Amino acid sequence: MLKVDKVRYLVENGAETREILKGLTLEFPDNQITAITGRNGGGKTTLAHILMGIKQPTAGKVLLDGKDITNLSISERGKLGISYAFQHPPRFQGITVWDMLRYANPEITRESACELLFTVGLEPGKYLQREVNKALSGGETKRIELATVFARRNRVLILDEPEAGVDLWSFGHLVKAIKKYAAEHDVITIIISHSKELLNIADQVVIICDGEIMPDWESCNLRCAPI
Amino acid sequence: MKLSENEQRLLTELIGRTVEGPGAFSLRKDGESAVLRSGEKITVTKKADRPGINVVIADGATESVHVPVLITKTGHQERVYNTFIVGNNCDVQIIAGCGIHNPGEETSAHDGVHEIIVGENSRVVYTEKHIGEGGRGKRVMNPQTKVKVGANSSIIMNMAQIGGIDDAYRQTEIELAEKASVKISERVMTDGEQRTESKVIINMYGDGASSLIESRSVAKGRSHQVIETMINAYARSKGHVECNSLLMDEGKVKSIPGLNALSPEAELTHEAAIGKIAGEQLIKLMSLGLSEQEAQEAILAGFMK
Ligand SMILES: Nc1ncnc2c1ncn2[C@@H]1O[C@H](COP(=O)(O)OP(=O)(O)O)[C@@H](O)[C@H]1O
Ligand SMILES: [Mg+2]
Repeated sequence: MLKVDKVRYLVENGAETREILKGLTLEFPDNQITAITGRNGGGKTTLAHILMGIKQPTAGKVLLDGKDITNLSISERGKLGISYAFQHPPRFQGITVWDMLRYANPEITRESACELLFTVGLEPGKYLQREVNKALSGGETKRIELATVFARRNRVLILDEPEAGVDLWSFGHLVKAIKKYAAEHDVITIIISHSKELLNIADQVVIICDGEIMPDWESCNLRCAPI
Repeated sequence: MKLSENEQRLLTELIGRTVEGPGAFSLRKDGESAVLRSGEKITVTKKADRPGINVVIADGATESVHVPVLITKTGHQERVYNTFIVGNNCDVQIIAGCGIHNPGEETSAHDGVHEIIVGENSRVVYTEKHIGEGGRGKRVMNPQTKVKVGANSSIIMNMAQIGGIDDAYRQTEIELAEKASVKISERVMTDGEQRTESKVIINMYGDGASSLIESRSVAKGRSHQVIETMINAYARSKGHVECNSLLMDEGKVKSIPGLNALSPEAELTHEAAIGKIAGEQLIKLMSLGLSEQEAQEAILAGFMK
């Protein structure tokens, strides 16, 4: 089980301090899909960054199977099998899709690489040797990002708005693929999403609004009501 | 002529093969012509009046010529003139390169002056690598490359200075006739106290000419680079410059991408960026389990590819 315990995240902006996460406590059970949803700016990506070690919480802990991993680096968490598909994946120069898949899993075969690309809706023949650079569209980079994390041996799989930029037809396949992956692996799956279809495959849905967990959408609407 | 193991290794790193094998070949080693071999439609001869070779490529040739230079003596300094005349309707590769293995204390230097004249309807791929290695003695290279590209012809120039050169002044000048095109990929890596200055000038004289410069460099240590590019469009022509430099440690880069439209129908664009490795690139690779060092190496290797 993955757990965040009273996690707070503060940013200082000149004289002003903002609390992005206000003491979140949340459990992600083994072999379950947890969906995290809520308005833009609520702190979902910040939470994912804290899980991956990209950001350090101001207070609170992250525990994996009871072990405190709050102070582990990104690489160390990567080696533990925590994976994060970025909301906005970075582009590179001179690094191909095949290279990325190999970094994700040095033992990957060409066959399974092609299979993965197919799963995320990319024609393997066209994409395996493509560079992951700025010539790719947003949707293409998102799918490559998904293939990359699927390639790994995952203990925790975090997907940050996987639906973004993916057309409707492929989206149906993608939902199935994520569901299948979660069912076939011993993995904790966390999906940050606004999509009904993805929330539907989740075992639990968490609404995060303004840095806090909301019991339901109504509370969220009350909290975030436009001024 | 026998090469030592070390020379073989350097040669292979430089041109990806050894002297043995098919095709026209010229190897210059420590100021001497060690191998001089013509091919089917490529004639290689020594220049009569000064150091260097003439390479004449007959019409319709579809083959390659290798012209590497090795310097393995400390203190050896030379200026070499190579001329390449490419005929019409050719499809050829010219593979050049200079490797300096300087074992001693004195400066070793190679100034290669290359002139390439391409006829009409021809395709040329020109590849040039510069490598320096060895002891405390400096490795200096000042390559000058002048290219004239005839109507409907194209040249792709892959030029790499991938490390170990202490001092370099690189000059490349291209002239394009009607519908001629050039694509230049330049890679420069400097480290320590090294200095490199690179100047690329393209003159598009013919209507329908097009050019692309893609320059990438990495400045590590306390090294310093000046990367200057200029596309002059005298006719209805298109050009694009892309200069990207990565700074590491205390490296410094001055990048000057220039566009000069001398025809109202010129279309010229440029992009230039200098900066550190993007944090998010490192984070991405580290999240896949790579260490920070491994992630950095992967990013650099891709960038310099
Ligand atoms: N380094 C930072 N400095 C200032 N504000 C930040 C920083 N990082 C995130 N934020 C803010 O934190 C809030 C939550 O962002 P984010 O976690 O990306 O939300 P979500 O993913 O739910 O849309 C936003 O208001 C964002 O602007
Ligand atoms: Mg987000």
